[in-house]
Amino acid sequence: MALHRLSFRLRATVCHVRTLHTSGWGQQQEAVAVESEPEPFSVFRTQETDPACQSEKHLGQFYTLPSAHFRPLFPHGLPYRYQQQVKTFNEACFMVRPPALEVISYLKKADYSKPALRYLFYGVKGSGKTMSLCHAVHFCYTQGWVVLHIPDAHLWVKNCKELLPSSYNSARFDQPLQATTWLRNFRTTNEHLLSQIKTKRRYVWTKRESTDEGRPLGELVNQGALKCRLSPRLAADRSLMKWIREEPQLHGISRVKSSSDVVGALMKDLRLQSSQPGADFRLVVAVDGVNALWGRSTIKKENKSAVDLEELTLIHNLKKLMKNDWTGGAIITTLSQTGSLYTPKSAYLPQELLGETGFDSMDPFIPVSVPNYSEKEFESAYLYYLDRKWLQHPQSRTEDGKKELSFLSSKNPSMLDRICGFL
Amino acid sequence: MAASCVRTVGSFLGKCGNCSSSLNTVTSQLSRQVLSRQICVSTALKKNLAAGGPEKFTVEFIQKQVEEFDIGKRHLANMMGEDPENFTQEDIDRSIAYLFPSGLFEKKARPLMKHPEEIFPKQRAVQWGADGRPFHFLFYTGKQSYYSLMHKLYSKILNIEKHQDRMRAKGLFSQDTKEISLDTSRWLTKEELEVLLVETISSNNYDRFIQLMERLLSMPYCNMEEEFVLHYRRPLEARSKKQMVPVPERDDKGVAFSTSDGRRKTSNSSVVLRDCGSGRITVNGQEYLHYFPVLQDREQLMFPLQFMGLLGRFDLQCTVSGGGRSSQAGALRLAISRALLSFLSEGEQETMRQAGLLTPDPRVRERKKPGQEGARRKFTWKKR
Repeated sequence: MALHRLSFRLRATVCHVRTLHTSGWGQQQEAVAVESEPEPFSVFRTQETDPACQSEKHLGQFYTLPSAHFRPLFPHGLPYRYQQQVKTFNEACFMVRPPALEVISYLKKADYSKPALRYLFYGVKGSGKTMSLCHAVHFCYTQGWVVLHIPDAHLWVKNCKELLPSSYNSARFDQPLQATTWLRNFRTTNEHLLSQIKTKRRYVWTKRESTDEGRPLGELVNQGALKCRLSPRLAADRSLMKWIREEPQLHGISRVKSSSDVVGALMKDLRLQSSQPGADFRLVVAVDGVNALWGRSTIKKENKSAVDLEELTLIHNLKKLMKNDWTGGAIITTLSQTGSLYTPKSAYLPQELLGETGFDSMDPFIPVSVPNYSEKEFESAYLYYLDRKWLQHPQSRTEDGKKELSFLSSKNPSMLDRICGFL
Repeated sequence: MAASCVRTVGSFLGKCGNCSSSLNTVTSQLSRQVLSRQICVSTALKKNLAAGGPEKFTVEFIQKQVEEFDIGKRHLANMMGEDPENFTQEDIDRSIAYLFPSGLFEKKARPLMKHPEEIFPKQRAVQWGADGRPFHFLFYTGKQSYYSLMHKLYSKILNIEKHQDRMRAKGLFSQDTKEISLDTSRWLTKEELEVLLVETISSNNYDRFIQLMERLLSMPYCNMEEEFVLHYRRPLEARSKKQMVPVPERDDKGVAFSTSDGRRKTSNSSVVLRDCGSGRITVNGQEYLHYFPVLQDREQLMFPLQFMGLLGRFDLQCTVSGGGRSSQAGALRLAISRALLSFLSEGEQETMRQAGLLTPDPRVRERKKPGQEGARRKFTWKKR
């Protein structure tokens, strides 16, 4: 790789010296002749896979996520179309774009003894907010932080199949399904850190079950992830049953506290721990679609009245996390109109999507605007698709074809992806 | 026949009461029935009205109609407070439209008042005298006016030849005489000729007629009979108008821009095309990606620019209203093509025209008819 870089720079000079030195530089020339082949793709690709080392000169270029990072980091959280693309291309490539780079630079420079800073990505539909969030999360992961990534807060306020009254607080409702899936994904992401972090408080689940102080967090998570009341609907979920059968640690399913409370406990614990001066880890809370926390919900109680958001345990705990009364970490969020309920399609600004209460609770925050592709970024994306042989139509390889694509997609990343999908 | 059904306003104004003579047979029948107090009409008495051919109007009847029309015209002028002497047909039309406002869409179904010559089809007067001898010498050919016309034409040709010979004899023969200008007119069609001659002719006859005319025109000195020839020609409709190219102006920043409109179905659009260099498009103040989420509509917008290869050069500012998403896109496309004309050369304009970008789409929603569920769809047919 270094030789490639060297030869790339020296190519200009080699031509000059060719007449003077023949034998010595001959080998170098051959190297150049061979290495000049991969040169075309290095215009839009960069070899810098560590987000910490990326800077302005990598803007517009794609970097590949190492597969060792990809599997644990993103069991959830990426847009569906992007996941399909990763499967097709067999590699996960992120584009280095200004919003993400900006947030990463702030994360690098922030003072973590002060209350957590809140960053908010906002932009029109399909402009790359979730991808920027994932880029920032990848940075945090490489730095060894604990990643609390909620893929889409909207999923927690709608289409809830199971709503159980919480045993901790009878006024609230639990969502066991969502909580268990989330806990499982959380465990996948932070496997290596969970054994090191210890609980700080004692959690009593029932008369017989309790988690003592000082137990590794992993145990807590396992409890929540495994133990949940199995209703007939859950029992019908084949993937869940298969997982339960194969899980070695499961020693029986007993009626225990619902996993939503485990989630709440986890969040509280992590928050407290990272605030302490002697903490050896930092916490990043990444929430996609944060405007769901202050919107409305479509879940209905049995008497057909709508559930207020405060009555959902998961939402309640998440809102507590979003308050910046803890230190030693950062909160990165995105707005999302696509999944939101009862918001007009044209709304994309924080004011419109968060609403009065949301804006006041999030205030003060750092808004980061995510625009559509610039010329250079568009060029980069286009070359990437060409390189991956995704654009099969002969006209798409011409200059006119490129202009057409730029016009039709209006340089919107998701639009471009959709259009190229059938070319 | 239709005229008889439509009670022309002239007769209505002139005299109230029944006026149409064709109804006479029916009314006489009815009166006979009333007198005899029969309830049903026996088949022997009922005449097959259609078997008689088209309506026959007597000369006296037509004259009477003309008188009534004139009187009616004077009455109408009086009513409108205008001068009866100088009351033209346009004034009549205007007044009738004012006095009898009609919401009917079909223009021919609205009330009209025209000279009887235009309303009643021309009919031939009786061709023979009291002794049964026909007036015209060509009566027994069957198509007397046609053959008389041919004879007349041929005699004119002979005249011209004689004239030519005389000029040659004098030594003043010259080929380049003034030509009759035939560019802006066309020959009468067969149907029009039939109407003129008030008799049917076959297509062979028609071809012969045209051939003879052409022969006349091929001779020098045909301008002697110019008036005669032009009587049998009709002016062509104005050729497809030269496309009105919008004038490009310069705004205060020195950027050239042009404005134009477009229409499709019920949508109206207006586009301001600026020669900026960025490819930004705004529709009704919104991003066009947001206004037209469907790819097809954006392709429609793109087509004029892409066809001429000028995609990234222009900045568009569009407003559109009415219709649905597809018709709005079509209206915008037409407006963009028109606005683009001012930045293109003649040849490129021609290619655009041939590509069909400048043609407004004439398709409009077809009306729903009674007895059918939609414009074309009929009700479900039930056998019993």
